[in-house]
Amino acid sequence: MANPNSCKFAKTHEWVSLNGNEAVVGISDHAQHEITDVVFVELPKIGRKVKQGEAVAVVESVKAAFDIYAPISGEISAVNESLVKDPSLVNQSPYDQGWFFKIKPSNPTEANNLMDHSKYQEFVKTTSH
Amino acid sequence: MITETLRRTPLFEVQKQLGARMVDFHGWELPIQFSSILKEHQAVRNACGLFDVSHMGQVIVEGPQSLDFLQVITSNDVSKIGPGKGQYSHILNERGGVVDDVILYCLAPHRYFVVVNAATTDKDFAWMRSHSKGYRVELQNLSELYGILAVQGPRAEQIVGDLLPEVKALDRFGVFEKEVFGKKCVVGRTGYTGEDGFEIIAFNEVLSRLWETLLVNGRSFGMLPCGLGARDTLRLEAGYLLYGQDIDDDHTPLEANYAWVVKFQKPDFIGKQALLKQKSEGLKKSLKGFKLLGGGVPRAGCGVYLDSVRLGELNSATYSPTLGVGIGTGYVNQTNLKVGSKVGIEIHGKKVQAEAVPVPFYTCG
Repeated sequence: MANPNSCKFAKTHEWVSLNGNEAVVGISDHAQHEITDVVFVELPKIGRKVKQGEAVAVVESVKAAFDIYAPISGEISAVNESLVKDPSLVNQSPYDQGWFFKIKPSNPTEANNLMDHSKYQEFVKTTSH
Repeated sequence: MITETLRRTPLFEVQKQLGARMVDFHGWELPIQFSSILKEHQAVRNACGLFDVSHMGQVIVEGPQSLDFLQVITSNDVSKIGPGKGQYSHILNERGGVVDDVILYCLAPHRYFVVVNAATTDKDFAWMRSHSKGYRVELQNLSELYGILAVQGPRAEQIVGDLLPEVKALDRFGVFEKEVFGKKCVVGRTGYTGEDGFEIIAFNEVLSRLWETLLVNGRSFGMLPCGLGARDTLRLEAGYLLYGQDIDDDHTPLEANYAWVVKFQKPDFIGKQALLKQKSEGLKKSLKGFKLLGGGVPRAGCGVYLDSVRLGELNSATYSPTLGVGIGTGYVNQTNLKVGSKVGIEIHGKKVQAEAVPVPFYTCG
């Protein structure tokens, strides 16, 4: 269960919850609302090495497909299999049961170039129509 | 840079208040969804949905030779419908290609009401005009005056019946005219969802009141306002064609697997000769249905492959909420491709296993 107020956010609307060697990643409530009903999620393979900003997952709604980007660099250590059976968890519980994958961070200082929750909310306000 | 203002139906403000997310649909600003495409889709399949399809066009065809005229410009047999009956048909060009797909309602002897697509209203009216010379027939494009509300789902009869008791005795494709809130409406038992339902063609002045009344009547039955997103998933499941995407001036009803809409026993009509020729020569392409065997969402443009041979591409595709899997239709050059054949659908650069299935993908009841 991630608390948005202790998460870091990327401009591409992913959140990351840093817990030492295991960072959990998902998408924000704003993102799930914009994407609308998620009907399919394509998750990365466990063990894959990813770079900050790299497209690593895909979310499909009825109307469009969206890339999900790694908010920090590292190695994929786990993926949320529940999303395969029930993609709607992304909409229903974006910070809890709707988590996407976990990363073993390779460069913990990278999180410094992400936004905290209040900065992210400001960012959403200024960039939203 | 020219920016065009989008057209709006009389219900735009009311829909925004209901939380509608708007989209540009052929120059019209219309709701793509109100709550959720999946919820709206399920509401239509299980209870009822209310759609504003006022962007569509309406042409009145009347006069002593209106039947003869319509027989020449459409593919279906208009003599089979008398007053009180409607019919789905294709307006064809000389090559047998589709100018538009329409619903014709016969309101009285020598008086027909034709509902045409939004993007093709002007094109259709010009086409009909130019082919009406020599016929004692009068055409009027009344699209600016009318709007349409579609009430679709198993509860539609109960909901609409409260306002219009006549619907209870109306057969599928039946139609009648009645004054509602002081203005004459045309009510047909027709729809684009594969469920029972009604399309109420009403003057713009009474549209808001009609919308509100139906929404209030329908609330206890679980009726939801629905947008274009659900309209598309519903119609694709039901095997209905979308003009401009599945059929157009360069595709014939035979190729689209809609041969039943062409009545060759009619005396000569526009496109008949071309279609007879196509029939005798054999089709070079044919619209087929596909269902994914794996996960993912197919989209228009995805290639369809038999091993490494590209057969064609999907023109309509989506996630099917009722079937819980991706579905699509596309023209393939292997016209004898059998149902059950395993193909690959290319999604995001990877081939996902799928199989050819019969269309419609879903039938009600």
